[in-house]
Amino acid sequence: MVEWLVVALLLAGTFFMVVAGIGIVRMPDVYLRMSCTSKAATLGCGCLLAGYALQVGDAGIAVRAVATAAFVLLTAPVAAHMIGRAAYRLGVPLWVGSCCDELKGAYSPGGEFLQSRPVSQVRPPHPSLDP
Amino acid sequence: MISAVALWVVLPALSIAVLLSVVRLALGPSFPDRVVALDLMTTIGVGIVTVAALAWEQTALFDVATVLALVSFLATVAFARYVERGIRLWSNG
Repeated sequence: MVEWLVVALLLAGTFFMVVAGIGIVRMPDVYLRMSCTSKAATLGCGCLLAGYALQVGDAGIAVRAVATAAFVLLTAPVAAHMIGRAAYRLGVPLWVGSCCDELKGAYSPGGEFLQSRPVSQVRPPHPSLDP
Repeated sequence: MISAVALWVVLPALSIAVLLSVVRLALGPSFPDRVVALDLMTTIGVGIVTVAALAWEQTALFDVATVLALVSFLATVAFARYVERGIRLWSNG
């Protein structure tokens, strides 16, 4: 029973890893490619580590496998966020089919500060909020 | 059975995934593309080392997977910091 579960987890992890590999070749720009590495590859890695944790007999190593999976799940979004911000500030273009660029103009010219909306669109507060 | 599946299905498929990310590493038009490809390669590498530890029943190999996951995160963060520092130096003239 456990053996079938381990085989299913291994095959699921392999499937997601291959999907991530296909996606990083086929996706049109760096931001969409990053979604492959940060979602599909993380899920595949988690499946493989879960299969290992179920199969290995030693409880200490199983706990270490779960800890590694948790670490990967925690750090993949942080790493993807940092690469994405660096790519955006480097000026890597978006895919022409992207619907919108909500960050456009929100960075100060040196890239030091981020505003919640472009400087040209900042409106005065709503009159009902004034005392 | 588990080790047969790991050896004949999982490891070849993961190797194909690594080859696909090598294609992106070679093609990648921008620097962040290559960083993303390296990130994917190390994530798949964690999976490969885990499956190898499972197939050959060497629990000592699993330490390599843990360390690879830690180093992969540090490498990605270091690359991103390096790129952003380059931008800052560049924009300050």
